[in-house]
Amino acid sequence: MCLAVPAEVVELMEDGLALVEIGGVRKQISLMLVDDAEIGDFVLVHAGFAIEKVDAEEARRTLEILEEYAHLDETGPGLYA
Amino acid sequence: MRFVDEFREPELLRGQLEEIRRIGFRASFMEVCGTHTMAISRAGLRPLLAGRVELVSGPGCPVCVTSEADIGRAIALAGLEGVTLATFGDMMRVPGPQGTLSEAASRGAAVKVVYSPLEALRLAREDPGRRVVFLGVGFETTAPAVAASLLTARRDGVGNFFVLSLHKLVPPALRALLEMEDFAIDGFLLPGHVSAVLGARAYSFLADEYGVPGVVAGFEAADILRALCMLMEMKRGGKASVAVEYTRAVREEGNPRARAVMEEVFEPADAEWRGLGIIPASGLQLREEFRPHDAGAWEVESPAPAGDRGCRCGDVLCGRIRPPDCPLFARACTPESPVGPCMVSTEGTCASYYLYDFREGEGHVG
Repeated sequence: MCLAVPAEVVELMEDGLALVEIGGVRKQISLMLVDDAEIGDFVLVHAGFAIEKVDAEEARRTLEILEEYAHLDETGPGLYA
Repeated sequence: MRFVDEFREPELLRGQLEEIRRIGFRASFMEVCGTHTMAISRAGLRPLLAGRVELVSGPGCPVCVTSEADIGRAIALAGLEGVTLATFGDMMRVPGPQGTLSEAASRGAAVKVVYSPLEALRLAREDPGRRVVFLGVGFETTAPAVAASLLTARRDGVGNFFVLSLHKLVPPALRALLEMEDFAIDGFLLPGHVSAVLGARAYSFLADEYGVPGVVAGFEAADILRALCMLMEMKRGGKASVAVEYTRAVREEGNPRARAVMEEVFEPADAEWRGLGIIPASGLQLREEFRPHDAGAWEVESPAPAGDRGCRCGDVLCGRIRPPDCPLFARACTPESPVGPCMVSTEGTCASYYLYDFREGEGHVG
């Protein structure tokens, strides 16, 4: 229903924004929905927002699975991006 | 990587399957998450569990449960002069009474596909002369993100950013299913990321009021099998409760901050679900103070729903039939040429069955 992707916070920016790294790609997201996310933390990212902090090792594991998912979506960006 | 190896270990999966068989009775469980539906089909779990556990797909795809009338409203908004409609890509090909958003775009309507409501907000900032409407679909995972975008718009005075809120809430839908006369399910596989926001406590009514167990599950085959084992153990012990298998992302209390943001902007309202009809307090509307940003309040003319096209998506979403039981499945309705939303969405039940459980010439294998 609502795929969320684990990502590592690599830079904190102004306005509650952050740069995160997802499978080697850097992306700007918002940290408005989580408390006290720091550089090095892993967060679940959904629709451009971190929705929860997650354990780093667990996050890496899920990322590998999601890499397999990535090539399955042939219909373009969805709710699950 | 330690966990990856463990979770992908075929022996582990075999052991879990054995355990499910060993428990020794038949059961049917409903997954209410499109990502689960896709994961189950992708891992081939339906045929592996046949004869022991039947996995029934529920109303877990927000695109699929959006009513035809609401899609019609979105398309009508997209056709207004000076309006840009921003939406997640899944919505583009879902048929409404007057065609799809994609067709509206080809006729000249300004429709933009975005990954995040923040992108829609950026469109509004960059072009103050246009009204940018974000089409808000999604469950409790997505609604906080839309709410946060709206709070940002208000803080920054972006007056040309609007939301059409078609958001839906999962717990009222579960209650509506349980109240259906012909609904007979032994338990629920509960959604992982909705629960990251809501917390497991939000589902305690399943066990307390209906005696039906539920387990919040992650999205790998091992997660799902482990959650099914937990459900079967509860069923065998005759004690229904709500438990979390997906502990790496879901806390009992969920994410209170995300919920607070969602509740600051939205309030529950009756909503129409495809297949389930109008469910009281199962949707989200903008609170009074955010009405200036509410595209749902705009007067637009939208044709009446087209009515029966032979599509059985509504019955699929309630678990009444499986996709192959629909006469259109894999014939008139395919992912390339979808008739109903369950075949359109990347996480729709029909699309998931078509991609993984169905073989041309062999029929359905699950």
